[in-house]
Amino acid sequence: MSRAYRHNLNGSDLAPGATQLEVDDVALRFGGVRALKGVSLDVRQGEIHAIIGPNGAGKTSLLNCTSGVYRPQEGGIRLHRGDGQTHELTAARPHQIARWGIARSFQNIELFKHISVLDNLMLGRHVHMKHSVWKTALFFGPARAQEIAHRELVEEVIDFLEIQAVRHAHVGALPYGVQKRVEVGRALCLQPAVLLLDEPMAGMNTEEKEDMARFILDVNDLAGVTVVLIEHDMEVVMDISDRVSVLDFGSKITTGVPDEVQADERVIEAYLGEEVA
Amino acid sequence: MSTATGIYHTTYEADLSLRRTRADWIRLTLIAVVVVAAPFVLSPFWLTVANQIGIAIIGAVGLNILTGHTGLISLGHGAFLGVGAYTSAILVSRFDVPTLIAIVVAVAVTTVIGTFFGLPSLRLKGLYLAMATLAAQFILLYAFRNWDVVTGGTEAIVVPYPEIFGWMLRSDFAWYWVIFGVAILVVLGARNLFRSGIGRAFHAIRDQDIAAAVMGIDVGRYKLLSFAISSALVGLAGAMTAHYRTIVTWERFTLDVSVLYLAMIIVGGLGSVAGSVYGATFMTVVPAAIQQFARNVRETIPTLAREMPAIQLIVFGAVIVLFLLFEPRGLDRTWQRIKDYFRLWPFRY
Ligand SMILES: Nc1ncnc2c1ncn2[C@@H]1O[C@H](COP(=O)(O)OP(=O)(O)OP(=O)(O)O)[C@@H](O)[C@H]1O
Ligand SMILES: [Mg+2]
Repeated sequence: MSRAYRHNLNGSDLAPGATQLEVDDVALRFGGVRALKGVSLDVRQGEIHAIIGPNGAGKTSLLNCTSGVYRPQEGGIRLHRGDGQTHELTAARPHQIARWGIARSFQNIELFKHISVLDNLMLGRHVHMKHSVWKTALFFGPARAQEIAHRELVEEVIDFLEIQAVRHAHVGALPYGVQKRVEVGRALCLQPAVLLLDEPMAGMNTEEKEDMARFILDVNDLAGVTVVLIEHDMEVVMDISDRVSVLDFGSKITTGVPDEVQADERVIEAYLGEEVA
Repeated sequence: MSTATGIYHTTYEADLSLRRTRADWIRLTLIAVVVVAAPFVLSPFWLTVANQIGIAIIGAVGLNILTGHTGLISLGHGAFLGVGAYTSAILVSRFDVPTLIAIVVAVAVTTVIGTFFGLPSLRLKGLYLAMATLAAQFILLYAFRNWDVVTGGTEAIVVPYPEIFGWMLRSDFAWYWVIFGVAILVVLGARNLFRSGIGRAFHAIRDQDIAAAVMGIDVGRYKLLSFAISSALVGLAGAMTAHYRTIVTWERFTLDVSVLYLAMIIVGGLGSVAGSVYGATFMTVVPAAIQQFARNVRETIPTLAREMPAIQLIVFGAVIVLFLLFEPRGLDRTWQRIKDYFRLWPFRY
């Protein structure tokens, strides 16, 4: 980050290192398909926690359970806050979970295609704004003041992600790599307590990947935002994560620092198994 | 701050404003002049058409908020128009309620009924929602025709000319100012809606409802809010029609009307407030022009005049199909293209 930012993007007040997200024995089934079979793991405040595993291992499903898109049949996912309060995520609806500070990006970009980059990012501010039909219809006064106040934070995110040139562009017309970046930006505008990123670098070239890795590191390092990262590129994962959890066929194999995980027999086997298959 | 079209802003205030360039202001002045001069120069026939346009604008903006901006299709808006018209007409003609109060109550009643029939949108999307709102259309129309004690059944309700603040609202000229005053407020209010959080939430739901929920938007609540705002405006248009025409019959609120309003916003531009205005104008002017044309050729080519209703429908249908084919984003898009062309003229880039 090249200059001082006025807004703190971190929405959590937990002490660094404290357990923030507790996934407890989560089981998810789709008919006969068991997408998650009793997965438990914990994410600590301020870490970059990678989730890896072969295709179909259940990584995205776990993220969907965390953000309320799927409701697991068994188990729970708890979010701890600085004031000692705990939220049970598996019982809440997605918009409520967002209010508690869980923000995410999607594996297949899910931006609001027909509106501008700016409006997409402003939607990241939705939970922090007051919405009254009457004040909105009049616009001048409170509604405009609110737009401008939130625009300031959004502009900082735009600067941070280096997407100044496209802020007024319609999202649907942007190149894939830029869209990926905008999606991360939208999640950041929420001032998240936990940032869930589902393959933010998939389909990117090396240069774009490096940029994205730098953004993730900066968000984590400088702002202190906890990041849960699903990524297939092992090099990136081993480079930037503090801890790594490995899923295979809906079960968690292990959690550890990158070196441990890389050396783990079962992990190697899971990945070899994939290559053979 | 630069945009892709060569416009620069240096403050957020300027960036947020609706009118951005001098050309915008000149255009606005021109529109204002036309709107103010129109009632003085139009023939009685075209003044009536102008008033119908004004009312159609209110309804089309309303429907577009729901269908174009929030992505929820409704085939029930013809009947919602009727709810506004019947409520206001009954209150005035049978209970001697002052017109202004009757209109406010009619808007409230339509809002409640429209929102109620919007409940299926919590579960249904696309064609399934279209079917559910179609059911609303038939149920309400059935009520207009058969609930004799309230609506007078198939008999027309005759409404006295309204008196507002001691001012008798009777001539097309007087109505013009009222209708366009309200229409302008509705257009401005809608444009404001779409430069702040609520309108953005509607767009988010239209574009990607799961992502909208994950960003903290209570999708169900906002869908119902969209139904509420939309039906409120349509109820307003309905109530104004009742008092303007001083007669209310069920025939004016059939499925045809729902489809006509959908055609307006498709031709004008889905998800664009300006598009609602263009569409309402276009779809009101075209049949009026055909009608006028028929009147002129009545003597010279009688057969043609006789077939006019059919020709009108064919032209109408053809226009819609052509728009879907060549300009799926409507007149608003055509207009933007012309504007962009001249803004950068003579340099294309
Ligand atoms: N909505 C759904 N309906 C039915 N089955 C599903 C659904 N979502 C996921 N699954 C199944 O659950 C399993 C896990 O899928 P998931 O998308 O979580 O894998 P993943 O680890 O994210 O894989 P990838 O690396 O390919 O993204 C797969 O077998 C998938 O087919
Ligand atoms: Mg996945």
